[in-house]
Amino acid sequence: MTAAFLVASAFLASAVEFVEALTIVLASGITRGWRSSLIGLAAATVALAAIVAALGPALTLIPIDVLRLVVGGILLAFGLQWLRKAILRASGFKALHDEAAIFAEETAGARTAAREERAGLDWYGFTLSFKGVLLEGLEVAFIVLTFGSTQGSIPLAALGAGIALVLVAVVGVLVRAPLTRVPENTMKFAVGVMLTTFGTFWAAEGAGAHWPGDDASLPVVLAFVIALSFAAVGMLKRRRLAFA
Amino acid sequence: MRRLRAFGHFWWDFVVGDDWRAAAGIVLAIGLTAALVAAGLDAWWLMPAAVAAILALSLRREASR
Repeated sequence: MTAAFLVASAFLASAVEFVEALTIVLASGITRGWRSSLIGLAAATVALAAIVAALGPALTLIPIDVLRLVVGGILLAFGLQWLRKAILRASGFKALHDEAAIFAEETAGARTAAREERAGLDWYGFTLSFKGVLLEGLEVAFIVLTFGSTQGSIPLAALGAGIALVLVAVVGVLVRAPLTRVPENTMKFAVGVMLTTFGTFWAAEGAGAHWPGDDASLPVVLAFVIALSFAAVGMLKRRRLAFA
Repeated sequence: MRRLRAFGHFWWDFVVGDDWRAAAGIVLAIGLTAALVAAGLDAWWLMPAAVAAILALSLRREASR
């Protein structure tokens, strides 16, 4: 159960970030040329690999309880951000994340930016692609490393992220358009729920508490976070209607 | 110096985000759990309760803007 949960969490979180990175690379490639954008993508991938290679082994040296405490706390702070935004979107308090609108905004910005050549590259296209992939990729790296190291299996978490990468890359090459049909808001909701669940579980364990039934209580925490989130969406929807 | 500040800002934004009170609440809840465990009480229930409270307060603040 925990292994499946780990792979599914890493897959969902990574897929959401890869869809966002794809939108930026597409916007850059279509407007500024593919060469600079793809070199930006490759450079960001190398930088990410270096970060993961440096941090991955270092994380395994930290005692598991300290790791769970720190990672649990950070993951909880991170997960609650996602969950709060997802709940606000689902209840209509915040605009839905729209890849088509982001793509239009990015392409409009890229079309009007001045052309500056550096090292034979269109610098705007390179940096747009590099920054987009690096920032979205850092979130994936953070999730894979923290999930994997705390559960004692970085390869399993990396498997989830790898499947997401291949899937998004293949679909991206096939459609060559932002993946607007991906249920991104639903996926973000699910990721927020999972990050909050893992964060709650590990933070308590790291603080020295013992869950009844150990790992078997993880699905119970998950059910609690889901119920809490749906209750919040329902309450906020009613509140919005009352003020409408 | 500017790069160092930008680096710090990136991580702050990445982990804490736009609601520092929620992050502070998490730190407080973890500290309280550790203190109760040290006092001999297995306070596994405190984190879920704290998450519910932190999320509710954070959503209320955001919805009243």
